[in-house]
Amino acid sequence: MNIGITAIKVVIVISVTMLHVAYVVYFERKVIGHMQARLGPMRVGPHGLLQPIADGIKLFFKEDIIPSGADKPIFYIAPVIGVIAVLASLAVIPLWEGFSIADLNIGVLYILALSSVGAYSVILAGWASNSKYSFLGGLRSSAQVISYEIALGLSLVGIMMLSGSANLSDIVRAQSDYPFVLIQPLAFFVFLVSMIAETNRAPFDLPEAESELVAGYFTEYSGMRFGLFFMAEYAAMFIMSAVATVCFLGGWNGPDFWVFSYVPKIAWFLIKVYALIFFYFWIRATLPRYRYDQLMGLGWKLFIPLALVNIGVTGLVKESSNPIVIKL
Amino acid sequence: MENLKDNLDNGLKDSLPIATKELTLNMGPQHPATHGVLRLVLELDGETIVKCTPYIGYLHRGIEKLSEHRNYFQIIPLTDRLDYIASMSNNIGYCVAVEKLFGIEVTERSQFIRTIAAEMSRILSHLLWLGTHALDIGAMTVFLYCFREREKLLDLFERLCGARLTVSYTRVGGVKNDVTAEWLEDLYAFTGEFPMRVEQYETLIDQNRIWLRRTKGIGVISAEDAINWGLSGPTLRGSGVPYDVRKFMPYAAYDKVKWEVPTGKNGDVYDRYRVRMEEFRQSNLIIRQCIEKIPSGPIMADAPKFILPPKDKVLNDMEHLIHHFVLITKGPQTAPEGEIYVATEAPKGELGFYIVSDGTGKPYRMRIRTPSFVHISALPKFSEGSLVADIVASIGSIDIVLGECDR
Repeated sequence: MNIGITAIKVVIVISVTMLHVAYVVYFERKVIGHMQARLGPMRVGPHGLLQPIADGIKLFFKEDIIPSGADKPIFYIAPVIGVIAVLASLAVIPLWEGFSIADLNIGVLYILALSSVGAYSVILAGWASNSKYSFLGGLRSSAQVISYEIALGLSLVGIMMLSGSANLSDIVRAQSDYPFVLIQPLAFFVFLVSMIAETNRAPFDLPEAESELVAGYFTEYSGMRFGLFFMAEYAAMFIMSAVATVCFLGGWNGPDFWVFSYVPKIAWFLIKVYALIFFYFWIRATLPRYRYDQLMGLGWKLFIPLALVNIGVTGLVKESSNPIVIKL
Repeated sequence: MENLKDNLDNGLKDSLPIATKELTLNMGPQHPATHGVLRLVLELDGETIVKCTPYIGYLHRGIEKLSEHRNYFQIIPLTDRLDYIASMSNNIGYCVAVEKLFGIEVTERSQFIRTIAAEMSRILSHLLWLGTHALDIGAMTVFLYCFREREKLLDLFERLCGARLTVSYTRVGGVKNDVTAEWLEDLYAFTGEFPMRVEQYETLIDQNRIWLRRTKGIGVISAEDAINWGLSGPTLRGSGVPYDVRKFMPYAAYDKVKWEVPTGKNGDVYDRYRVRMEEFRQSNLIIRQCIEKIPSGPIMADAPKFILPPKDKVLNDMEHLIHHFVLITKGPQTAPEGEIYVATEAPKGELGFYIVSDGTGKPYRMRIRTPSFVHISALPKFSEGSLVADIVASIGSIDIVLGECDR
């Protein structure tokens, strides 16, 4: 019985996410299009609404090219690892009160662990393609993801200290009065930048810097294998935005007065997530790209110290008011 | 047993220093950042460039050789295909050279029209440069903003001569069409709003910290080196050398308008970027002054031996028909013998035409000194010891077009 319910939940969450991935690409093209004084997709369906479906069909029917020198098994499995790592993270995201596929008490750690697994997909794809561009892209990306993961993880430590839990639902419940962004602005800033770097998006999209490395680690991929990388990237954006929402913006909590109290909880969650995704697009349309060494310098010399300072300050304040209790 | 141990030790000794070698990376000829069909072979030590070798010739169409078999009028469309971003400047450069060879004095009105067209072409070329340069460094929006203004200017070109890119607008002795008052008015309106657009591009990147870190101190070349490598145009002026053919050897109407030559100081990517951004404003200023000062009068010079007779006379009068036929089929028969080198300031640098005439209607030999060719030769100098990402910024900052480089 329990397994049945969980299976239904899994199907719902994954299918909704897949639809989201398709349409977030459309959303991105429209948003950036309008920011750049153009229209974005307009041809397929009204206002290009069927564009994602056309793109999907195209990807499925494209020839699947494997470079002759490629390490085939690894080449096959790399995009799959990426997608699985991202989709598995969905399990612990609480969409509204009481709804998450697995209510893990180490939710934060679980998500950080899976995003590290995602780095394998990148480095393996770069290695197995037997192309120098892919290889350089893979190296850059794995170094970047690993460095920013530290800042990302450290910025969440303050949240865990405040809520006294690593369970995402508990973190949201701890924010029923006010979102943690108000008392953890520094951590939120570090998280916001690190999450963009972690998902390899502009201005940190060095692994796929098209001007230098063509398309980085997925240069040699085509058809649906390329589509899987694409899916993983956009799903990862969703996950990271969801984590930011849960940990800093109060998750499903919304203002509880007047007409706002009638708005369903899931809507608050999604509004916050999409605001963050919009932020991703906005940044992409505005900023130039960092250079590799500058990016690494920024991560190690600025964000990691900032996150550590934040932990120290949070600890001192917390210790002076009441003793720390972390329920694990 | 002893032997075995010795062998092992020796083997260990041989294998201990891990052999490292540079990674050779072939960039291009199809690559998003090389602006056409430039091919670079990079030797990389990690991400650092040890050696950079440009290979050119993928767009060679033999324009110089072709010119030996065309009469002087038929070469104009070929010059369109040199720097296809700024075909107007090439047309003007070629015609100025041929006119000097023939000793033709171009009318005042034509001089002003040419100046306007050349500066429009400079703005067009710099817009494309800014867009692609910013795109290479990752700022995508600037590219599309630039194309918005390019579109307006290209529409004006279309109204002027019917073509947008390969214009073939100038003629030996003048220009093809006269400009209309409405056209000048519309262009004037454009120049009114253009400085605001330039500011708009600057708000996106000029003070952006990422942009500054990507461009300041990158691809540095000193003034002395820049002169020794034969650089010209904004690439040279970025190093602080105020050399501009328009000032030093004025042609068209450049001596009749007031403008300045912007220069940089450090000779890095950022200074070259600043110089070109200032040139937007200066070009805009030149166009405005030209529109205000343009005199009326004929657009073709009074040199019947070298220019085609008016069409209505050709259709009604036999002498003119014969003259027209001879000029078209054989070229001008009274061309003086001799050789000449005339340089003009194309958007990318000094564009020189060296023409050897043997008195027939065709040049005996034509050699084109194109800025892109010279600038590419200096690319290894720019990229010594820099990172892969920096070479992309350097390529962008020297503003090369391969059509012009390979000819």
